[in-house]
Amino acid sequence: MKVDIRLERASLSWRHHCVFSNLDLELPGGQWTCILGQSGVGKSSLLQLICGIADEADISGSIHCSDGKPLDGRVAWMAQDDLLLPWLRVIDNVVLEARLRPGRREPGQYELARYLLSQVGLTDKADTLPGQLSGGQRQRVALARTLFQNRPLICMDEPFSALDAINRLRLQDLAADLLADRTVLMITHDPLEALRLSDRVLVLNGSPARLSAPIQPSGKAPRQVSDTAILSLQGQLLELLAGEAP
Amino acid sequence: MSERLLRPLIIALGLTLLWQCIVWVTVAPKFILPGPLQVLTTLIDQLPLLLRHAGVTLTEILLGLLLGVFLGLVSALSLITWGGLRRWLMPVLVISQAIPVFALAPVLMLWLGYGMASKVAMATLIIYFPVTAACFDGLRQTHTGYLKLARTLGASRRALLLQIRLPAALPAFGSGLRVAASVAPIGAVVGEWVGSSTGLGYLMLNANARMQVDLMFAALLVLALIAVSLYFLIDFLARWLTPWQADTMHSQNRRDR
Repeated sequence: MKVDIRLERASLSWRHHCVFSNLDLELPGGQWTCILGQSGVGKSSLLQLICGIADEADISGSIHCSDGKPLDGRVAWMAQDDLLLPWLRVIDNVVLEARLRPGRREPGQYELARYLLSQVGLTDKADTLPGQLSGGQRQRVALARTLFQNRPLICMDEPFSALDAINRLRLQDLAADLLADRTVLMITHDPLEALRLSDRVLVLNGSPARLSAPIQPSGKAPRQVSDTAILSLQGQLLELLAGEAP
Repeated sequence: MSERLLRPLIIALGLTLLWQCIVWVTVAPKFILPGPLQVLTTLIDQLPLLLRHAGVTLTEILLGLLLGVFLGLVSALSLITWGGLRRWLMPVLVISQAIPVFALAPVLMLWLGYGMASKVAMATLIIYFPVTAACFDGLRQTHTGYLKLARTLGASRRALLLQIRLPAALPAFGSGLRVAASVAPIGAVVGEWVGSSTGLGYLMLNANARMQVDLMFAALLVLALIAVSLYFLIDFLARWLTPWQADTMHSQNRRDR
């Protein structure tokens, strides 16, 4: 069951300055959509609006799902910061949702968590505290935690931007593999990352910001970094981002 | 490791030597400033007496600590849970702290008598505010990312408080405990000075009045020993409570994260 999600008439103003208004965003079910933009263009706020956790007072928008049900409680959020709770073991961080909602405590959830940890390559770290992991390992745990939630929509806010180049590529491959056929919205400022992973790339740009028409790279994710088509698209995107910068 | 054990010993030895030097240089009579050796002799001679009074003071300190920490924790949790309560109670708390607790000591004697209750109340009062403030600060300064994550995970208010805010506040709670451990003995002893018939504070006043300065110093030594042990015990406890809190003071190169 794949749900299409539409965000309509989204507006955000910050200190009486209009960041964006009347923004429409379409998230087709089972596809990986990516929003590319510079810092301060309001892309994180847009993502948090969809997740229902936007704190800004002047943000609004209506969300519609193709199955007619509200989106509340059906979004998993993965942030740039891994947000692992330092006092919980890695495995307990993965099952955090079940810990915070005792009603959802079911047998077999630790087995599921261990399976997910093995998928992200951290089987032997299940019982350690997050403080003993490297940045890349921590973000892998965050990915396992996101997978554990098994929500229809996954929102990722620059999830790999704090990692070094090699770890970033590895995690992109892993995420593309594990999140294939899921409905994903990812925010990033890295054109290459967007082109490697997503089915549709949108550029959020200008003041007030507007979304560009989608760019749809061909081939199956994760695409090779040396792919010439991807590289030329990256050039176009960079020009687009730089050219329209204020 | 051996250096860590040796260092306090050397410090203690140095201070004792300094003390002895002052005695030698000033040629003070023993009823003004007794030498370390004499205080040690008195300490050993009067050990049963000192221990009896120390037991009373220690009980007062521990009861005050328990009560003060408990009340402080409950207050902080209530303040964070009910916003309305916070607006009304916070100013009251701050005003209460502006009144010197020592000025209240005679009143507490009047109300609670010369027994242990008034001293426990003193220690509790003096601890209450620092513990409340530390816990409250810890509870409200939770990383917003954790709170947002918990919201997307569908956490209830209760789970948010008990499983996110509370553990995240434990390091701050530890700081509050350390402060409490170091001021609790002050409360108890001041209480004893104002009026009592047992306890180290009473013993010190009594010895002072009878020119038994060596006994006074011995009592002071025992009190210092209690205070220092208490602090280290609490410090150990606070570290044990927060094993994820890495002590970065001695690390030369932190990991890349």
